[in-house]
Amino acid sequence: MSAVATPAPILAPRPSRWRRSRDTRTAYTFLLPALLVMAVITFYPLVFQVYMSFTDYGLKNLAPKAAAPNLVGFDNYLRILNNNIVIPNFDFVRILVFNLWWALSNVVIHVVLGVGIALLLNTPKLRLRRFWRSLYILPVMIPPIIVATVWRNMFDPQNGAVNQILNGTIGVIFRLPPITLDWLNYPNPLIQAGPFILPLAYFGLLAANVWLGWPLNSVVATGALQAIPKELYEAAEMDGAGAWQRFRAVTLPFLRPAMFPFAIYGFVVTFNLFYLSYFMSGGGPFGQTELLVTTAYRLVAEQKLYGVAAAFAIFQFFILLTITIITNRLAKATASYNA
Amino acid sequence: MSVDARLATPRATVAPKVATRRRRGNGIGRQIALQLLCIAIGLTVIFPVLWVVAMAVDPRNLQKPDSLFPPGASLDAFARVIAKPTTNPVSFLTLAMNSLFIALVITVASVTIGVLAAYAFSRMRFRGREALMIGILAVLMLPAVATIAPLFVSLNKIQIGTFNLRNSLLGVSIAIVSSQLPFAIWNMKGYLDTIPKELEEAATVDGAGKFQTFRLIILPLARPVLAVTALFAFIAGWTEFILSWIFLTKPETFTLAMALNGMVGQYASSTPWSNFAAFSILFAVPPIVAYAVLQRYIVGGLTVGGVKG
Repeated sequence: MSAVATPAPILAPRPSRWRRSRDTRTAYTFLLPALLVMAVITFYPLVFQVYMSFTDYGLKNLAPKAAAPNLVGFDNYLRILNNNIVIPNFDFVRILVFNLWWALSNVVIHVVLGVGIALLLNTPKLRLRRFWRSLYILPVMIPPIIVATVWRNMFDPQNGAVNQILNGTIGVIFRLPPITLDWLNYPNPLIQAGPFILPLAYFGLLAANVWLGWPLNSVVATGALQAIPKELYEAAEMDGAGAWQRFRAVTLPFLRPAMFPFAIYGFVVTFNLFYLSYFMSGGGPFGQTELLVTTAYRLVAEQKLYGVAAAFAIFQFFILLTITIITNRLAKATASYNA
Repeated sequence: MSVDARLATPRATVAPKVATRRRRGNGIGRQIALQLLCIAIGLTVIFPVLWVVAMAVDPRNLQKPDSLFPPGASLDAFARVIAKPTTNPVSFLTLAMNSLFIALVITVASVTIGVLAAYAFSRMRFRGREALMIGILAVLMLPAVATIAPLFVSLNKIQIGTFNLRNSLLGVSIAIVSSQLPFAIWNMKGYLDTIPKELEEAATVDGAGKFQTFRLIILPLARPVLAVTALFAFIAGWTEFILSWIFLTKPETFTLAMALNGMVGQYASSTPWSNFAAFSILFAVPPIVAYAVLQRYIVGGLTVGGVKG
């Protein structure tokens, strides 16, 4: 048994127990600050949140010497599922369906545009390539809160840029009366099928978020495109592959490992995108462009229903967990497909 | 199969030479077509920016400017918002300093604490590693809003005399670190994973301890990701609205983002658009400058999308 202790650390397949515990100590020394901070301001609130979700925590419990809130069991959860909270037009299923569609439709458009424009800028012998690349990165640099407020401004019914452009182009051509379409508050939904409702405001938000979202996808796609060896294209061309075939056989396999994880990341970011819904449409009309994050926010900021907000956050947590598990499966599936 | 064959055969018969000659012949026409496409895309990208600039320099101070080409230009709107950005008696400078305070606390805290943790996750095998990484990943996907109720309630309990931690810039910064730190750790870990282990092994052979290797080898090599993580943390703090709007109630602690909300919120009709536009531009300048300076690092330094073990 003493053979284990023979001094052959380089050949040993597994470090000794002493070595391992020392490694663990070093690791935790590095981790200590992060773990302390996260224990206090992340994990403790999450646990406290579970407790809060079973109470009627409200404004009355905030004062320094206020009484503890009452336990109410699953009341908060049931109120959310039964749409029995004070927020007008609240409909949990409708918001969830809209939120999923919002994230999915955005990411698909972002990726397609991002890759397409990256390919355009990757065309051999394109002039001014660097200029276009640095111009197109502009939306990424502008804080989302400003993007949201400026786009809201552009969709103003009377003086907004969008209606002015429409008046100046199709309005002139077809001799229309001045267009004063209220994009973000137009009351009749364009598409309605059960809980799936898309008002005009959705398309306004979509326009703003497409403007905001494709450039970063384009940057990531450009990075992946530049990693493709030129010889592969030459070989494909010699084999007589057309442009589309070259794209499918050479470009796509190189793009996928870079774009897919980024698309998943983009999906989660868009799913939780607070600023556009909150500042552009204010969730309107009739709460139809409300997202889970903005609803959670209103529960705290406007209703001060901290207990209900905690229960709502726990729903959010499980929804996001499900999304993460599904996307990870998808990522693994495509990874093994490539190999 | 038959479709493939149909697609492939005619292309295969075209000799490569013909293809190149055709492309060379249309070189200028093709270049013009590509440039027109680039200009069209460029116009959509730049239009909202031109719109804001046009509003900001409109000399007429209309409630709602009506033209992309205002008659003349003036910087009056900038002077007006710097002097008195909101109806509250708070100067632009105070708002900016408050935003800056939050941004700096978040940047310093998430980068310094984060890089140590990222190094441990990237380079060391220890008990509880998997569990901790899953824990951080689970928090990473939570939006800041998701822990807002418990953070509000907990920070609100810390009251020293008249100082309430919840109702202070420090309290808001602490609350934001809670959502920024997991991102910082994960993003930096992704980058550290790409630094070859051989470099450290050489140093270890030379007798350097873990802390020395970290300081002398890893930190200098990790500069791009440190820069990008700092940039993202800074912008997150500078533009933070969600928590500050709920937490802060004293006008002297208000931030730029909160003032911007006052300009577009339910009382927006009283704010001239020129003031709003000038304010937006002043607000956006620091992030834009920071991006422009760090642009070359961004692709390599943003690794959060890559989820590896």
